[in-house]
Amino acid sequence: MSAIAFPLPDPKILGRRDQIVAGLAALVPPECLVVSEDERRAFETDALTAYRRLPLAVVLPRSTEETSKVMAYLHQEGVKVVPRGAGTSLSGGAIPQEDAVVIGVSKMSKILEVDYADRIARVQAGVTNLGISNEVAADGFFYAPDPSSQLACTIAGNIGMNSGGAHCLKYGVTTNNVLGVKMVLVDGTIVDIGGDWLDAAGYDFLGLITGSEGQLGIVTEATVRLLRQAEGARPVLFGFATPEEAAACVSDIIGHGIIPVAIEFMDKLAIEICEAFAHAGYPLDAGALLIVEVEGSDEEMETQLKKIVAIAQKNNVKTVRESQSAMEAARIWKGRKSAFGATGRVADYICMDGTVPTSQLCHVLDETYRIVDRYGLRVANVFHAGDGNMHPLIMYNVNDPAEQEKAEKAGEDVLKLCVDVGGCLTGEHGVGIEKRDLMPRQFNTADLHQQMRVRAAFDDQWLLNPAKVFPLEGRAA
Amino acid sequence: MTHQPATESDLCAIVADARAKKTPLAIEGGGTRAGLGRPSQTADTVSMRGLDGIVFYEPAEMVICARAGTPLADIEALLAERNQILPFEPPDHRRLYGSSGAPTIGAIAACNLSGSRRISVGAARDGLIGVRFVNGAGEAIKSGGRVMKNVTGLDLVKLSAGAHGTLGALTEVTFKLLPKPETSATLVLDGLDDARAIAALSQALGSPFEVSGAAHLPAGVGADTARTLLRIENFAASVAYRIDELRKLVSGGAVIDDAASCALWRDVSECAFFGAPDNRAIWRVSTAPSRAPDLVRLIQRNGAVAHFYDWGGGLVWLAVDATGEARAKDIRAAVAVTGGHATLVRAPDEVRAHTQVFQPLSDPLMKLTRGVKASIDPDGILNPGRMYAGI
Ligand SMILES: Cc1cc2nc3c(=O)[nH]c(=O)nc-3n(C[C@H](O)[C@H](O)[C@H](O)COP(=O)(O)OP(=O)(O)OC[C@H]3O[C@@H](n4cnc5c(N)ncnc54)[C@H](O)[C@@H]3O)c2cc1C
Ligand SMILES: Cc1cc2nc3c(=O)[nH]c(=O)nc-3n(C[C@H](O)[C@H](O)[C@H](O)COP(=O)(O)OP(=O)(O)OC[C@H]3O[C@@H](n4cnc5c(N)ncnc54)[C@H](O)[C@@H]3O)c2cc1C
Repeated sequence: MSAIAFPLPDPKILGRRDQIVAGLAALVPPECLVVSEDERRAFETDALTAYRRLPLAVVLPRSTEETSKVMAYLHQEGVKVVPRGAGTSLSGGAIPQEDAVVIGVSKMSKILEVDYADRIARVQAGVTNLGISNEVAADGFFYAPDPSSQLACTIAGNIGMNSGGAHCLKYGVTTNNVLGVKMVLVDGTIVDIGGDWLDAAGYDFLGLITGSEGQLGIVTEATVRLLRQAEGARPVLFGFATPEEAAACVSDIIGHGIIPVAIEFMDKLAIEICEAFAHAGYPLDAGALLIVEVEGSDEEMETQLKKIVAIAQKNNVKTVRESQSAMEAARIWKGRKSAFGATGRVADYICMDGTVPTSQLCHVLDETYRIVDRYGLRVANVFHAGDGNMHPLIMYNVNDPAEQEKAEKAGEDVLKLCVDVGGCLTGEHGVGIEKRDLMPRQFNTADLHQQMRVRAAFDDQWLLNPAKVFPLEGRAA
Repeated sequence: MTHQPATESDLCAIVADARAKKTPLAIEGGGTRAGLGRPSQTADTVSMRGLDGIVFYEPAEMVICARAGTPLADIEALLAERNQILPFEPPDHRRLYGSSGAPTIGAIAACNLSGSRRISVGAARDGLIGVRFVNGAGEAIKSGGRVMKNVTGLDLVKLSAGAHGTLGALTEVTFKLLPKPETSATLVLDGLDDARAIAALSQALGSPFEVSGAAHLPAGVGADTARTLLRIENFAASVAYRIDELRKLVSGGAVIDDAASCALWRDVSECAFFGAPDNRAIWRVSTAPSRAPDLVRLIQRNGAVAHFYDWGGGLVWLAVDATGEARAKDIRAAVAVTGGHATLVRAPDEVRAHTQVFQPLSDPLMKLTRGVKASIDPDGILNPGRMYAGI
């Protein structure tokens, strides 16, 4: 039934399960080891819920040292490992396999140090993304990358996926905001990369590790940049008759030398779904909607918004809703922030994540409707327009295998389109298992083999998250 | 001999041939930074200058792609026509090295060179979103692309930035851009000692006013009295407002206007204060700002150094006597205490030949470094020994 292939589990490992579990039990206390089938169920999938595999066992170490001991043991036994944060990956990056042990960072969730003079926080990798910002909010600071899943997802998973968010247009994604990590290599070696200063020494391993989807090591600690909150932030909501006008408005804003903190786009169906769920007062007669947010003092925001509204008017905006209070601002954002959840209540969906050159937004949107229509399905689009990172939510019924297959095929066609217009398969959700077999569309064999050889420099036996990112066929030695 | 390929496929053939003959190659951009890194130990050189020209420039998408040998000046001139900039303020180090030639965009990427604006908009490696390079087997490889957000596969783009040509000869680089700020101004505080100056910089950087340059020049560096500098770049009204707010925050200071501000920050980014004909050895140390004054104090305990701070105190430039090992032991001992890393960026060949130019790495990191080098350049053909012996 499932279209995405998993490697056949290694029967030798499966046969030695009891012995491996006993070995782990000798290294960590019972509360750090998940063995029973019932409890392992909680780890069998991530947010790509159509696929699931029960892991051999789950270890939840409490420290870097404990992680190191566990990794050294598993390495010596030749057992595969799947690193896990909160399991909110949308690409199946954290889905286990039957012959692998999941190592989760949920018991390492302390904030170790906050330093406002140097504007950094040092945290254990299992801390949630929002946990960092919450810790420093009262003092006027925040951690910039803000995935919509920030309440749940961990900094470990963010580093694994190089996650982004609505405000990345101005502040960058994870890789631009991490200064250092402590990481356990596949054989248990502990390495420190970078620290609380800028630009780590030597090769840019921080950059390589960020977005490596758990294939290079287990991150147990991170030092991240903190930023001071702006004096104020204010969104404005624009309703346009057509997506074309909305997209033209985006280019025009940027063309005027204005970089808002966020430019979010929603199409007609997304507007309907979010409005029904969040009652945010979105214009139901609009063909497309933009949320543009600016920051600064009251006067600065006023000036910027005036410019932006004028640009929108030039692009035939139909509805303009400015926010005069924090409550109105929150209401404008509420619909957007609940988009995935709201869509999930209407139907099952898969969320695509290709990025395209912003000049291609309209073309890709048009083609996306055409493609999804061809498969007889529906699609809602809600995405980060400023950086061209699209999120078509293709809706289907998860209990109908034929429909699931259609949804996956449609998603594949959309992603191929993204690559063909000069974009990429994934802007922030990662390749995981979902886009693994599409990699040859974006990279030729030499490119892929080069990446695989770099990967092998960290893990020559391919024990770490081995069934992800690279096509199972034709793997380099 | 010096090869000068005109196309990427020429370069592939040259590297494949060099690999077959086991004759390593030095990679040269504009040759303005030959003084950077360990002296090259190769007989043959590849000049990247023939790989020249803009591949595409899309102002509306704020992205530019150029062949690696394109002079930086050409790119900046083109961007200026559309009021755009490379965000990270790439420094031109000809004054520092007393060299001529035209710095190339490929070398900026290869050396991950960033100027003062690095603290607010990121380093060269943050602006670099796509590369093409030729690996040590003579294969053309691409990584990244032309879009701002891209997590498809391993990020070899970041790995290329700062590898100083030891992990491939870059043939094409794609950078994201920013609009050129409408104007700028700099607030100058006079006469602070290092510790108070860095505290003021931290206070300003911890404010909501988006300081885009934060440096401290002690007395004797460019002027007789110490100067602490805070830059704001923005629309004119915002610059005025924010400079005002900063003055309240750090208690006073004189304001210098856009033109003077631009000239001063160029001097800071390019380390002009220690430029030729000054021939002292120059170190660049990255550390946490709050510990930077301690770092300088520790080094000064063992003999005089001239110094100044950029990046809010997180970047310390040091000028020392260019003899012996150019104080490498003192400096690295201090770094061991405060954390961070030190690079000897200018010194005579004989000094660099027997000094660790780049920060020595921990054993596990060195092992990974060797592994990654071998995975891209298995026979050590590209810039061998430029960063570390045997790499
Ligand atoms: C409703 C919803 C909204 C979302 N919105 C966004 C969004 O706006 N932007 C965005 O970028 N993403 C978004 N995501 C995707 C997801 O939340 C991110 O990818 C997130 O970073 C995953 O974090 P996690 O802790 O859940 O990690 P997991 O899903 O557990 O793991 C993610 C990857 O990281 C690896 N990993 C985990 N821990 C470690 C470790 N310690 N060391 C090394 N590798 C590790 C895993 O193996 C896996 O490959 C969303 C997901 C959902 C469900
Ligand atoms: C350790 C070290 C640190 C330095 N730090 C700085 C600094 O902070 N600021 C500064 O201005 N200068 C620095 N330099 C000097 C700097 O390298 C040169 O001044 C600058 O890069 C000159 O540009 P260019 O085009 O003339 O490059 P070159 O001098 O020709 O080359 C500079 C380096 O980049 C490599 N390179 C050039 N083109 C390519 C390419 N296409 N692909 C791959 N590699 C390539 C070269 O092999 C060489 O290692 C440093 C040098 C060293 C050795």
